[in-house]
Amino acid sequence: MERSPLEFEPGAFADLHQRAARRLLNMHYHSRIGHIGGNLSCLQTMLLLHHHIMEKDDVFVLSKGHAIGALYITLWTLGEIDDAALTTFHADGTRLAGHPVAQWHPRIPVATGSLGHGLPMAIGMTLAKKLRCEPGRIFCLTSDGEWQEGSNWEALIFANHHQLERLTILVDQNGWQGFGSTSEVASMANLAPRLAAFGPRVTTVNGHDPQAMLQEISLPPQDNPGPRILMLETIKGYGISFMENRLDSHYLPLDQAGWKQAMRELASREAS
Amino acid sequence: MRNAVCQALMTLFAHQHFVFLTGDLGFQALEPLRALMGERFINAGVAEQNMISVAAGLAQQGMMTWVYSIAPFCYARPFEQIRNDVCLHRFPVKLVGNGGGYGYGAMGPSHHAIEDYGALLTLPGMQAWIPMFATDVLPAVLQMAAVNTPAYLRLGRCECPNHYTPPPFAPWRHLLSGGGLPVVVTGPLVGSLLATCLTMDVAVRPDIWGVTLLPVTAPTIPQALLAQIGQQRRLCVVEEHVLHGGVGHMLAHTLLTSGIAVDTFHHAYARGYPSATYGSQQFHRRESGLDTPALLQLMGISP
Repeated sequence: MERSPLEFEPGAFADLHQRAARRLLNMHYHSRIGHIGGNLSCLQTMLLLHHHIMEKDDVFVLSKGHAIGALYITLWTLGEIDDAALTTFHADGTRLAGHPVAQWHPRIPVATGSLGHGLPMAIGMTLAKKLRCEPGRIFCLTSDGEWQEGSNWEALIFANHHQLERLTILVDQNGWQGFGSTSEVASMANLAPRLAAFGPRVTTVNGHDPQAMLQEISLPPQDNPGPRILMLETIKGYGISFMENRLDSHYLPLDQAGWKQAMRELASREAS
Repeated sequence: MRNAVCQALMTLFAHQHFVFLTGDLGFQALEPLRALMGERFINAGVAEQNMISVAAGLAQQGMMTWVYSIAPFCYARPFEQIRNDVCLHRFPVKLVGNGGGYGYGAMGPSHHAIEDYGALLTLPGMQAWIPMFATDVLPAVLQMAAVNTPAYLRLGRCECPNHYTPPPFAPWRHLLSGGGLPVVVTGPLVGSLLATCLTMDVAVRPDIWGVTLLPVTAPTIPQALLAQIGQQRRLCVVEEHVLHGGVGHMLAHTLLTSGIAVDTFHHAYARGYPSATYGSQQFHRRESGLDTPALLQLMGISP
């Protein structure tokens, strides 16, 4: 990242989020692509990281690759992806695939999409910086259902053992996965204490309160030299009434009526 | 070849970005490397999926990353991590698998790697080095370090006969002249075959070639071998690997697409576990017809 993080101002951030949400929904609607709910649950997190937290040497790894739409839009808000590129989302010949592909954009350092891969790769990046005494932090965003992957637990053991304090793991805890809620599928309700039992410092924060997230992420490492984990309490489909906390927002694209209603909801929020 | 690979890797120490990961293996072999490398020798524990992805992340940051384990734990357990995190990115991560083929013998099939290079070579950019002799390991490691692609090193136990000096390391080598049919061998089992053939009449013994770098591609095959195959119209391929994806398949495809036909194509390969009983590497070779008497019989040669 060449630019310095901007000062956070709640009103400006709310405007940014509204603009980004509108562009995200438009992109998914015109491409007829789903995976919207899991994008809306973490859109603010990606905006906050890229606009207000990350510095030149920092790296963001999107382990929940199905939320790549939110990352494309975040890069669009930074002026690093243009509208013409966004119109190619999911189209033949695009680089903007439905899960991140490798080596075309400096802010998409690795391809992900198969869950449980992003975190261990982020750990390798953090370890490289540590071994070479290079500056920079690594932020890795996972889903909550993704913690059913054994590779993530392997990774957590490794990261804690090697005391990778410059690694921050963010868990988008929206409570839903591919074919049910995380509680129904794998009793994931008590994920935070399970993660804490492996050693990292785990804190929970409202993933739709950017100021609270900013405050937590900005705290210096305290009592634990290892990685830290932020459990982001989020809502799948956040901000669109008929998509919130619904399984079908994981997969289904918007139809025309839904798109119009979503645009109306965003417009009324902007007006208020 | 474990000690040979340890010594070879130690020669890379001067590279400022060299980092080595092991999946908790290397006892009584890699200790000198560990002592030399310090914090850049990382025992990643019994967690091969994580180890490969971490290696990919290290490579993404520009580290020259080598990974070591018993062969099946190196390529089979973390296959998706090799596919997605290493090969789809073309990260030059180097995989070292010890005990290729039936190398771990009576340890059982969980520890065998009889489909390793066939599986790995389906992945984009991957190349495989298969040393035949312990003296091949250093040049193989140096070649792997020099290429900017993913690579796999399949180690075995050196079976080089006494008083036999292999020709200098190369992707293809003419190992023994003979008046019999041309034979292409992959891996250390060539040593046992050479030991017997060295005692035979030159006029009847097979003409033995070795291939150490895969995949087989037309430009790499020596013209002398192609001429011999074209003249005799027969060929034998020997490998401690299953039929599918092996050197036999690769070579047959390459010859056919190059317009070279043979009337007789013998292929000796690992047949798995036909008796559902288990034993030493030699036992499994015998079951697969990869022992020297069976190979000579396949070639129509009386020892």
